[in-house]
Amino acid sequence: MAVKVRIPVPLQRLTQGKEEVEGNGGTVIELVRDLDKKFPGIGERISEGGKIRRFVNFYVNEEDIKDGDEVSIVPAIAGGKAVNSKW
Amino acid sequence: MSFVKGLKCRECGREYPIEPIYVCDFCFGPLEVVYDYAGIKKNLTRAKIQSRPQNLWRYRELLPIDGEPIGSLYSGFTPLVKADKLAKVLGLKELYIKDDTVTHPTLSFKDRVVAVALTKAKEFGFDTVACASTGNLAHSVSAQGAKTGFKRFIFIPASLEQSKIIASLIYEPNLIAVEGNYDEVNRLCSEIANRYRWAFVNINIRPFYAEGSKTHGYEIIEQLGWHAPDNVVIPCASGSLLTKIWKSFKEMKEIGLIQNMKTKVFAAQATGCSPIVTAIKQGVDVIKPVKPNTIAKSLAIGNPADGFYALQVVKESGGYGEDVSDEEIIDAMKLLARTEGIFAETAGGVTLAAAIKLIKGGYITKDSVTVICITGNGLKTQEALIGHTIKPHQIKPNLASFEEILKNINKQ
Repeated sequence: MAVKVRIPVPLQRLTQGKEEVEGNGGTVIELVRDLDKKFPGIGERISEGGKIRRFVNFYVNEEDIKDGDEVSIVPAIAGGKAVNSKW
Repeated sequence: MSFVKGLKCRECGREYPIEPIYVCDFCFGPLEVVYDYAGIKKNLTRAKIQSRPQNLWRYRELLPIDGEPIGSLYSGFTPLVKADKLAKVLGLKELYIKDDTVTHPTLSFKDRVVAVALTKAKEFGFDTVACASTGNLAHSVSAQGAKTGFKRFIFIPASLEQSKIIASLIYEPNLIAVEGNYDEVNRLCSEIANRYRWAFVNINIRPFYAEGSKTHGYEIIEQLGWHAPDNVVIPCASGSLLTKIWKSFKEMKEIGLIQNMKTKVFAAQATGCSPIVTAIKQGVDVIKPVKPNTIAKSLAIGNPADGFYALQVVKESGGYGEDVSDEEIIDAMKLLARTEGIFAETAGGVTLAAAIKLIKGGYITKDSVTVICITGNGLKTQEALIGHTIKPHQIKPNLASFEEILKNINKQ
């Protein structure tokens, strides 16, 4: 199941500068494992012990990843990623 | 002399030198300032603090600046009001209001964090300061940045209320009104912060900026005669203030200025935006983001950055949290004003209303010493009260008309 994954700037060093890569997986963590095979080292940056790190957000169309989905990996801003609000 | 050792990631513990950075390169966790507490303990005494001017810099060894402060010489050291009338209404023996409605110069606790941020920005060599905000922070950066000679860029959503815009514009910053919602303003600002070498006080200066909140806590302890209170009730937006007040209490003990610290920390949020309190009540570790819908706009952060850490503080201290409705917020604002003569912004209503629920629920006991943190002035959010206050008595310009009204007033 192929999806497009948008890579944030701080992780693009690991993807040879690519902003968007292809990945496979039915869940977010499966997708992370697949990305780590293709781009060694990316896994430990965004996950720890099989869980997504607290300050990394994943944006997916739906809860389960489907074929053709677009997935964005976004580091949470330490200042609070306000949802329709202010600082 | 500075006692700052460096920056450390709160998540993975990696260490960084003092630079205008705010996230861990490795795991994206937030960075925190660490100090040489043994060195501070040898240097800082109660007497030394008390000999200094009554502003927030009297605790400068515990703040992340290297040299002399560049301004804010009247900020901080706000009153700790012994709230006997309010205590009586609530059935408490000893209650205090830490009153940041009168913080110099822009009447909210943001003057504390901005004070530290601007001195640090100057030390880093920035000539421009910036922030994304709709209220208190925008006012403080606009005003304090004017006094300390920075170029200022303030980013706001274009749809903001006129009164809030004017309270920034009077200081003549570059006010950028963005055609978008708050979320979009914030996102734009993080992109701008990456491109321009500006000091965004709540982005790349955040680890230093946030430390300014600790002065609210140091003052509580000093003003209680060098004692930590039994309970402290703190409003939560990002959760940063709560974690920093806790840090300030712990530091006071660590450096030996107080012997005991058994304070319970209580979080206050509006029901229309209560991701932190919801997690406290459910006993879970995950903060679930929400879409805010409350009159307490200065607390309306749906995805609080320090929410997880605020939750840990509440747990560690044995505290709890409460959330309150818009109606309860307004009632509490009115209660605070008519008992203690303090006009707080809506966030103050949240904090007092939550405290009332915590007392009713038995979490705050009647014979303990409680401090309620009031962080902003009500004159800024008067729209929230339209239609909710009592009415003026309208009369004709003659004595008979007045005395007729007076008869009615005396009857009530």
